[in-house]
Amino acid sequence: MRLPEGFLFTSRYRILKRRLHPITKEFGLTLYVLRKSTLAVIGALLVGMFLFLAIFGSRVAPYDPYEVKIKERFIPPSKAHWFGTDKMGRDVLSRMLFGARYSIRAGLIVLVIAVPIGVLLGGIAGLFGGWRDEVIMRFTDVFLAFPSLILAMSFSAALGPSLFNAMIALSIVWWPMYTRLIRGQALSVRETDYVEAARSRGAGNWYLVRRHILPNCLSPILVTLTLDMGWIITATAALSFLGFGAQPPLPEWGRMVSDGRIYLMQAWWVSVFPGLGIAMTVLGFNLLGDGIRDALDPKLRRITEVKWKQRTFS
Amino acid sequence: MKLRNYILRRLLLLIPVILGVLVLVFIISYVIPADPARAWAGPKARPEQVEALRERYHLNDPVYLQIYYYLKSLILHFDLGVSATSGRPVLTDLKAFFPATFELAFFAFVLAIVIGIPLGVVSALRRNKPTDHFSRVVALTGVSTPLFWSALLMQFFFYYKLRWVPAFGRSVVEINRYTGFILLDSVLNWNWSAFGDAATRLILPAVTLAFYTMGYLVRITRGSMLEVLESEYVVTAKAKGLPARIVIYRHALKNAIIPPITVLGVTFGWLLGGTVLLETIFSWPGMGRYAAGSIVQVDLPAMVGFTLVAATVMILSNLVVDIFYSIIDPRVRVGGKTR
Repeated sequence: MRLPEGFLFTSRYRILKRRLHPITKEFGLTLYVLRKSTLAVIGALLVGMFLFLAIFGSRVAPYDPYEVKIKERFIPPSKAHWFGTDKMGRDVLSRMLFGARYSIRAGLIVLVIAVPIGVLLGGIAGLFGGWRDEVIMRFTDVFLAFPSLILAMSFSAALGPSLFNAMIALSIVWWPMYTRLIRGQALSVRETDYVEAARSRGAGNWYLVRRHILPNCLSPILVTLTLDMGWIITATAALSFLGFGAQPPLPEWGRMVSDGRIYLMQAWWVSVFPGLGIAMTVLGFNLLGDGIRDALDPKLRRITEVKWKQRTFS
Repeated sequence: MKLRNYILRRLLLLIPVILGVLVLVFIISYVIPADPARAWAGPKARPEQVEALRERYHLNDPVYLQIYYYLKSLILHFDLGVSATSGRPVLTDLKAFFPATFELAFFAFVLAIVIGIPLGVVSALRRNKPTDHFSRVVALTGVSTPLFWSALLMQFFFYYKLRWVPAFGRSVVEINRYTGFILLDSVLNWNWSAFGDAATRLILPAVTLAFYTMGYLVRITRGSMLEVLESEYVVTAKAKGLPARIVIYRHALKNAIIPPITVLGVTFGWLLGGTVLLETIFSWPGMGRYAAGSIVQVDLPAMVGFTLVAATVMILSNLVVDIFYSIIDPRVRVGGKTR
């Protein structure tokens, strides 16, 4: 007997839906817990605003960020120039609006490079143990023995100071932290009863990674990623501040703080506003990261779940 | 004794890590596109001079030979080479700059602990009360504010605006330098005006650095204290009717203090690195500024020397923390199994 086309489709769809249900349900709960925390909402708003500026900042900027007007230098914050002008008469607000994208790009690129390396090496070290673990972890120790900022400075200097090279340098510095995190997580998951049970059923390594290790590493990674966006943005700005990152006239925020530094006494606004921008962004990522951590914490989660169910099903 | 064996083993493990650090630095220096010898000799140097420099620092040799020469002089004569830009032995330079950085990092460290850990504890005890909100805001601000920016703000308010404390440099009062740590030396000299000068100059950078570190400590202490307060033995202790003071200090704090202590080691090493920014801003004549300068000028011997010292300090501070950790927590007796 032939079944109609639609039947197959619906059943497949249903199976998919049922399979995804644990994930979608948990995700809905996570969003609910997040929404209940005022601080997490503030964080999300700050991050959202920052992302908006990174994408559309250049369109809403009132002035050209590069245009030099020596006559209009060091105008204090006013109606025409909300954040004042710098030593070359460039509008600080417009420069900041243009500059937002560099920070977010730096954060994303560093994470995209560092996380896969860290996950791969940490996973191998934690799962297989033995000599692989020893080799990988000693190698990681070498990188962790450096003060990270100094190591990033050296790499950036070696590659030639530019914003892009600063990002590469930070990625080289950042992966060991993920390697450690994932290794620890893999080690602790490997010892649990359910992995033992799966193993005794004859599950292979790949199955274990897919079904048990990765899902269990996901939430600590997610929290670390959010908090690390803030760290990386600060670190990029710090490298630029020291002259190992963005070069003038690029309106990177750290570079702008450093450019205004010598004029601090006569024109505080040149340094203060870009720095405030960095601080608010990092604060946003920190608040959001904390919120996600609380939302993924099983203890807090179950308490809120009761309320959530009452709300959804009554 | 087991502890001694453990320390010895850890110190032995230091050797491969240091070797790895050396190899890494030499590889970095090898891929630098600029010609270091030309940079050191200056723009007016004749080709023979550049060649002589290259010969002297073994720049024509492959990396592994450079590392070999370096290790040979390090082990046989405890010689870190001669700085290519200052012309002084790197060891002399580091000896001169290390106390300044250590002084700064140490006071920031102590300040962060003395304020941060109690604040975290109080915050957890008064959960969701105004005190808690206040300390969380302080902690979050500390963690989120970029160090270089808060340093500039501090300079702006407390030096330019209020004129309370000096904002640049270390003490310049002439005293006998016994140890290089100015605060200690001025006490040894019984020179209190020098002590006052050194202390006021230390305030701004140390407070800035401490504020940054403190936020981190407050968050960790608060989290771990909250966790412990919910545990069964604390609930039992409360139920038995023990006074709150005893429950907090005897039962809760002893266990809650472990996570903050584990991060202290990392934090101290990290402070030594973070001083680069502060030393640049506050014109503090320390190792961080020396390192930044040597990186800019491709001064390889200085770079290598600095990284060796920094890595050693970092590893040693982790070791100290691990030992301390085992003293507090009997479950983690170092150097072998407990049973």
